[in-house]
Amino acid sequence: MTVAKPLPHDAAPLHVTGQARYVDDIPVPASCLHLAFGLSKVAKGTLTSLDLDAVRAAPGVVMVLTAADFGHVPDCSPGAHDEPLLCTGEIHFEGQPLFLVAATSHGAARRAAALGKAEIAEETPVLSIDDALEAESFFGAKLVWGQGDPDAALAGAAMTAEGSMEIGGQEHFYLEGQAALSVPQEGGDMLVHSSTQHPTEIQHKVAEALETGMHAVRVETRRMGGGFGGKESQGNWLAIATAIVASRTGRPAKMRYDRDDDMVITGKRHDFRIAYKVGFDNTGKIAGIEFEQFCRCGWSQDLSHAIADRAMLHADNAYHLPHVRIVSHRLKTNTVSATAFRGFGGPQGMVAIERVLDHVAHAVGKDPLEVRRLNYYDTVPRHGDGLAAGMEDGRGVVPGPHAVPQITPYGMPVEDFELHEMTEALAASCGYAGRRAAIREWNAASPVLKRGIALGPVKFGISFTLTHLNQAGALVHVYQDGSIAMNHGGTEMGQGLFQKVAQVAASRFGVRPERVKITATDTAKVPNTSATAASSGSDLNGMAVRAACDTIVERLAEFVAEKHQASPREVVFAEDKVTVGGAEYSFEEVAKAAYEARISLSATGFYKTPKIEWDRIAGHGRPFYYFAYGVACTEVVLDTLTGENRILRTDILHDCGSSLNPALDKGQVEGAYVQGAGWLTMEELVWDAKGRLRTHAPSTYKIPACSDRPPVFNVALWDRPNREDTIYRSKAVGEPPFMLGISNFLALSDAVAACGDAYPAIDAPATPERLLWAVERVKS
Amino acid sequence: MADVSFLLNGEIVRLDGIDPTTTLLDWLRDSRGLTGTKEGCNEGDCGACTVVVTDGGGPRALNACILFLPQLHGRAVRTVEGIAGPDGQLHPVQQAMVDLHGSQCGFCTPGFIASMAAAHAAGATDFNDKLAGNLCRCTGYAPIVRAAEAAASEPVPDWMAEDLAVLGAPESDMPVTADALAEWYLANPDATLVAGATDVGLWITKQFRKIGPVAFLNRIPELAGIAVTDEAIRIGAMTTVSEFGAFIAGHHPGLAEMIRRYGSTQVRNAATVGGNIANGSPIGDSPPALIALGATLHLRCGADRRAIPLESFFLDYGRQDRKPGEFVEAVSLPRQPDRLKCYKLSKRFDQDISAVMGALSVTVEDGAVTAARIAFGGMAGIPKRAAAVEAALLGRPWTLETVTAAAAKMAEDFTPLSDMRASADYRLKAAANMLIRYFHEDQGTAANVLEVSA
Repeated sequence: MTVAKPLPHDAAPLHVTGQARYVDDIPVPASCLHLAFGLSKVAKGTLTSLDLDAVRAAPGVVMVLTAADFGHVPDCSPGAHDEPLLCTGEIHFEGQPLFLVAATSHGAARRAAALGKAEIAEETPVLSIDDALEAESFFGAKLVWGQGDPDAALAGAAMTAEGSMEIGGQEHFYLEGQAALSVPQEGGDMLVHSSTQHPTEIQHKVAEALETGMHAVRVETRRMGGGFGGKESQGNWLAIATAIVASRTGRPAKMRYDRDDDMVITGKRHDFRIAYKVGFDNTGKIAGIEFEQFCRCGWSQDLSHAIADRAMLHADNAYHLPHVRIVSHRLKTNTVSATAFRGFGGPQGMVAIERVLDHVAHAVGKDPLEVRRLNYYDTVPRHGDGLAAGMEDGRGVVPGPHAVPQITPYGMPVEDFELHEMTEALAASCGYAGRRAAIREWNAASPVLKRGIALGPVKFGISFTLTHLNQAGALVHVYQDGSIAMNHGGTEMGQGLFQKVAQVAASRFGVRPERVKITATDTAKVPNTSATAASSGSDLNGMAVRAACDTIVERLAEFVAEKHQASPREVVFAEDKVTVGGAEYSFEEVAKAAYEARISLSATGFYKTPKIEWDRIAGHGRPFYYFAYGVACTEVVLDTLTGENRILRTDILHDCGSSLNPALDKGQVEGAYVQGAGWLTMEELVWDAKGRLRTHAPSTYKIPACSDRPPVFNVALWDRPNREDTIYRSKAVGEPPFMLGISNFLALSDAVAACGDAYPAIDAPATPERLLWAVERVKS
Repeated sequence: MADVSFLLNGEIVRLDGIDPTTTLLDWLRDSRGLTGTKEGCNEGDCGACTVVVTDGGGPRALNACILFLPQLHGRAVRTVEGIAGPDGQLHPVQQAMVDLHGSQCGFCTPGFIASMAAAHAAGATDFNDKLAGNLCRCTGYAPIVRAAEAAASEPVPDWMAEDLAVLGAPESDMPVTADALAEWYLANPDATLVAGATDVGLWITKQFRKIGPVAFLNRIPELAGIAVTDEAIRIGAMTTVSEFGAFIAGHHPGLAEMIRRYGSTQVRNAATVGGNIANGSPIGDSPPALIALGATLHLRCGADRRAIPLESFFLDYGRQDRKPGEFVEAVSLPRQPDRLKCYKLSKRFDQDISAVMGALSVTVEDGAVTAARIAFGGMAGIPKRAAAVEAALLGRPWTLETVTAAAAKMAEDFTPLSDMRASADYRLKAAANMLIRYFHEDQGTAANVLEVSA
């Protein structure tokens, strides 16, 4: 069976030869127009005049549009209708599009856009979390979730600790910037090629902008050069702009952001401040805890409420918190509208509880890993595996009691907890205890350099928390020559979704994978799709494709069985052949015969995730179908004179359930770890006092480079089937391993802690500068 | 307008009357329809546009986004499309990237393939350095390095070696002697001299500057190269930073180690020693090191030549001691026992502009400091010596007490700025600590995180 094989990415041969086509690579006619936005250089104010004479006179310029050119300025938001395409008077952030230039080349459009002269009555912008709190600038009322009686638990606790942590945002830095190409069709229809994770939303927003039905707009996405959440809603602007210009001129229109524009205009990961107060006993067992989360959303809502919700949903990470209160404030500021980014708020919530666990361990003078394990959720035995508390399962003693699953702060029982066993396995394989002792010894003899080590867990909830998004469709054709075309609503951004789902299709038909043609995501083939987001791509689309394939397989089985007076169940599809009784046919023969017998060889498939239900205002229900787990151990070395540091070694054990493709899943884990480590260390977004982003290019914003990966990097998959009935019992893998990078942050804190007695209390990102100041604090 | 001739994927290209500031990347994608080479940042920082350029010095990786077409004259270019064989055979690095899962979204992949093919052709295996200029956001690099390692032992394909034989030496109207350049520049003092274009490139791609008459210096062999005598090392202005780094390792390994982290392979292959001085940047990495080594700058204006201490070239932010029509011909270093250590401090180790670049050379005789040359970048509007710190060291015993006292003088020498790279306080503290680190390292105490392994 093709599923579970470590096949390469389906497009790898195209990637390595430069043949893989991205939006900007699609050949266009010479008449194609190229677009660029003119941007606001101030963060807040009122646009009083816009002098665009020089823009209009610039070489190659064909059209210049401002808000005045629209009866109703199209909206680019994913739902709140608060993002006009072009400034309607009020300036909300530096980088806000003021006008749109269409020219005969990309360069001509950019050069012309730089010539616009805007007069803006500047106002004092609301920039920081403190600014927003002072101005009482919020999106909606605060949200409060929890369980038990945290006040009483805190009051009665033997020990308490409190603190507050700044958590920086993150630029996606997808290597391919945002891009869209609109090609006008007959009768006012529009074909849009978009680098998007959400073709249906592009279709919806373009139709709205063109004041037509979704049926008149077709969106195609073959692949993205990286997405990471940054192309869930941020592509709307370019798609709408190109569609408007294409519609008004009758010419194809293309837009791609220059990198600096991309980094200024588009949203990033939300930065947070999370304050905590925790009560615990002298073993480090948490009695009660309170979190106050401040989430900086930027100027518009975008997806911020769902993201802030997910931060709350991961405030527990892997730890049972019987008495807990989580308060969430969503702050409106004059900065770019923060958006989805791998983990979707989860990482921010999680890094705070990991900080708390470190703080508690420091306070009780115990190894942080011991305190983590002490507070883990209980294990619940797998159905039928006959394990009970105290029994040996080959990996150590099963912790108990566990007959009844423990409950998360949002009322969901944790039934599939894997982390006791995974932690045990990783701690053993990476030699955690011995290395910790060796590091202590090494540090005692090293006055300048200090090492640190940390082993931390990830528990990540899988499903869209907006329940209706948990659905998917697929379309599968078998052609009369036995070739198969597969289409579904998921998009390919490098994660290998297409290959994994093609492996599902090949397995259902029992054919070699080359028989299955992977086709571009296309709103004309599968309608009403959800964004490829929330790690859900394989779970949802794999199931939908399976359903479509099974429909056709059943028809073929009936057809073949009838010819042989056999039961359809006796027809076997395997190894590229169809067998029944003693007879054997090639798949081609069966396809051809079925076609000639007038059997339909095309089918749709549909899937919706079972079991989930969620009340987000109450903060109660089962928002997730299941959890994905991981553990990582990172060792670092720190220079206490400058704060410079390196990862020395990383060991990871990650839970992909029964992997659909272990090679692709391992690739997700490795890449996510490095991206997560970058978020918390070298990736720093800096705004100046006027709200201008100073880190808007790779020269100033540093994502990890080649040598920043761990020089020793051991990644293994925890190969156990998902307890829930997912596609081949696999688990989602896109986001969860991102948070394994937190172990790098914790290891740096451990190295700082070696410099003195105080708790390091490091903010993120832990740049060399922040680390040096932490060393100074701890020393004094 | 310029006439340019070069080889593209094995075929001769002749372009007449092109705009000399046309970048190779724009030309490949817009005029040739070769869309395999990608634009990731358009400023030479991500490597998605990397191509292999071959000349007498062999194959090297360069960023096409900040490479002007005239810089290619007489050279051979291979893009990702031409790295596979004429019949579509995959290059060993391409095959290994497929087999070992080195691509995910694939957008950075063509650039990686070009960097890997250039390294492969040169037999290089220092992949962290060879790939430092290629950013990947998906893989975390591990599978890419596995692929590079797997391909290393495979032979270089024939088609990669054939390039130069085909091209020969085409005619050009660009200056080919220093005399011709000196004369032309005197007559055109407002002209822009383009050395490696790693800085000027951004004037075009990001700032839309009109740069008037342009002279490309890459056809003047006498401006490049390194000459060594018993007294001095003379480095021609057009010597690339890559060439300089390889050479200086034998004399001042600390400087070579700094250069290993200076820009990226692609940037160092284009950038020149003269360009890094002449552009007058306060954050150029080589001037502090050269100043600490007591470098002399050789300037030429028409037939007139003069030599000045390098530190006196930098007058103020954006202002240098350079007359109209005068250009940097070379920089020379006195031969000396090696006491130099370079501390390049940045958020990321590789390919990051320094927050602080410290270059320290302290001579100790009989337990006392007899000479100190300490210079910093990133601490002022120009690369500058730490005069008060040096004075506080001279004649004193070489002890932690002395260096701690001297380090405290850093605030007398510098009033750094706060910016997106670092705060003023951090710059000052880190610069002071660099002197302390210098002392520790001199005493044999481990103080370099890059020398620690698990």
